[in-house]
Amino acid sequence: MKNPRPVYLDLLRIRQPLPALISIAHRISGVLLFLAIPLVLNTWQASLESPESFRALQDSPSLNLGLFFLCVAYAYHLLAGLRFLLLDLHWGLTLKSARFSSWLVLGSTALCTVLLGIWLW
Amino acid sequence: MVRRAIGGAHYGLRDWLAQRLSALIMPGYSLTLLGFVLTHQPMHYTDWQGLFQNQAVRFFTLLFALSLFVHAWVGVRDVLMDYVRASWLRLALQAATIAALLVYAMWTVTILWGVR
Repeated sequence: MKNPRPVYLDLLRIRQPLPALISIAHRISGVLLFLAIPLVLNTWQASLESPESFRALQDSPSLNLGLFFLCVAYAYHLLAGLRFLLLDLHWGLTLKSARFSSWLVLGSTALCTVLLGIWLW
Repeated sequence: MVRRAIGGAHYGLRDWLAQRLSALIMPGYSLTLLGFVLTHQPMHYTDWQGLFQNQAVRFFTLLFALSLFVHAWVGVRDVLMDYVRASWLRLALQAATIAALLVYAMWTVTILWGVR
């Protein structure tokens, strides 16, 4: 018997609930952080090479920008990941608390972003 | 007939656990490093160099890096398993990921023990 349900789902037409967006953003930030590893290692190596290369990094505006995006992605990934660890412990599984913790993750990431922006510029 | 997918299915729990244990290790190091940076403003080269000359810092930095690489491996593997359906391409990308992470690990050791 043929299944009468739709054979494909158009992801862009489905309004995803907030916890689903938190989940996919956790995944995307994770992939971006993975791709950033060689850049970070390269920068870290340059920072330890000599006082001159250290100074050159401190003076470059692109370092601040890179550091900003790196730290925001890292903070978000850490906070959302912490939420998943708590979910693993069956903590906050109800719809209400899952939505609340999602907002908490977004709120704390926003706070980190603002503090970081103030500190860097 | 049972058709086994390439990759098997015996390591799921171990990797799941490795992902979570490594996730628990990293925040402690991150916050300590953040604390160091915040208490050394403006940062001088000697502070930064001295930090990584410390043997304990080297050990915990390596622990952090290895946790990160294990964590990244499980995460990237999950992503590849979810989205790359052609086995040959998935295995090629997984092999490339492992190779990259091994190079990163050796790179980390080189940097840490190259600090003079």
